[in-house]
Amino acid sequence: MSKIHVTTVVNGDEVEFLADPRETLLDCLRDHLGLTGSKEGCGTGDCGACSVTVDGVLISSCLMLGVEAQGKRIETIEGMANGEELHPLQRKFVEHAALQCGFCTPGILVAAKALLEKNPDPTETEVRYWLAGNLCRCTGYDKIIRAVMDAASEMRGAA
Amino acid sequence: MDFHTPSSFEDASKLAAEATGLTRFLAGGTDVLVQMRSGTVLPDTLIDLKLIPGTQGITRTPDGGWRIGIAVSGARLGDHAELIADWPGVVEGMELVGSTQVQGRATLVGNLCNGSPAADSVPGLVAAQASVEITGLTGVRTVPVEDIPAGPGKTTLQPGDVISGILIPPRGEHAGDAYQRFTPRTEMDIAVAGCAISLRVDGDTISEARVAVGAVAPTVRLVPDAAAALIGSTLDDAAIDALVAAVRAACNPIDDKRGTAEFRTEVAGVLAKRVAKIAYGRAKGEAQ
Repeated sequence: MSKIHVTTVVNGDEVEFLADPRETLLDCLRDHLGLTGSKEGCGTGDCGACSVTVDGVLISSCLMLGVEAQGKRIETIEGMANGEELHPLQRKFVEHAALQCGFCTPGILVAAKALLEKNPDPTETEVRYWLAGNLCRCTGYDKIIRAVMDAASEMRGAA
Repeated sequence: MDFHTPSSFEDASKLAAEATGLTRFLAGGTDVLVQMRSGTVLPDTLIDLKLIPGTQGITRTPDGGWRIGIAVSGARLGDHAELIADWPGVVEGMELVGSTQVQGRATLVGNLCNGSPAADSVPGLVAAQASVEITGLTGVRTVPVEDIPAGPGKTTLQPGDVISGILIPPRGEHAGDAYQRFTPRTEMDIAVAGCAISLRVDGDTISEARVAVGAVAPTVRLVPDAAAALIGSTLDDAAIDALVAAVRAACNPIDDKRGTAEFRTEVAGVLAKRVAKIAYGRAKGEAQ
């Protein structure tokens, strides 16, 4: 089958691409739009490295087809910082050294941002459950959880 | 691969019936895309149902029950306070499926049609006496949820059949439901055994009950003998013993890496006991 023309909004900008219907949204972000911040860890929805939001809902972009993005609003890690100014979560990840190899980090940041938008004052248990689908093989998670809690605290104070 | 986005279930049914080769319907895609990726299922035709009007809705039916659209995600169910107040067991079953990310897309109908005996959302639907509306080539019919699974990965749906909605009956007064499963980990795991119970009380006495088990037989199974053990009792020790025995008698599990048949049977009984107590507490209006 021929490719399908898709128009969608990514990080506030209207974009278009031609997708083979078998390509995932992750494939389209990386290969058609050059947005390589979202990573492919497993390709089967187990690891969370490809996390993005679609119309505000956190999903794994490897579990959605690119053609399904027609008319949606997608937010990726590339839209998280405001120019040179890091998002508080990004800054806290640096301060707490909440990453080592960094492969899982974009997905965890996108997932953590979605959590704090829904629940600005999560307990540690709520953070751990929310992020259960984001696997990290380096850090042991402790610094990630601390960074998210600290960012949440700062963001509540700033609000 | 042909990709279709029909605007009605009648069109979706016709497309599926006329397609040659392997056909799959796409709702949340959390199973279909994994199968495509692994190469176990490479559809020739993929029919996305999400652009059909009503597929995203959670609506009260005129009789006080619920109609849940086939594309409603677990995340949306988990945010719906009114539905949770009526059917907490149905929603807590769905919320156990996968990660937050998977919850953003995964659907009740997808979990049902994937045909896994361990599907976490299915026992709760069976206990709730939910049914599915099927649009097929000969029209629309309604079928109990427990009649859909036919075995691991298999359903009783025929070519051209497409589930067009889930119908949950009115909850009514003095009733409660619950679902629990056992997994070695607390999250991101597949049930080793699961049990859902829905019941109604008249004072302290159980007047109605339905018991369903998961992951202990080739399909999710309704266990009428277990319900009979509860009905007429006040959930006393004798009734619980009879419930546990009936649940274990209904188990016909496999041995695999997640649990032996003996362990699954044992745990199914334990879960039935716990779930009965939660459902009973909810029916009596005690906070759970």
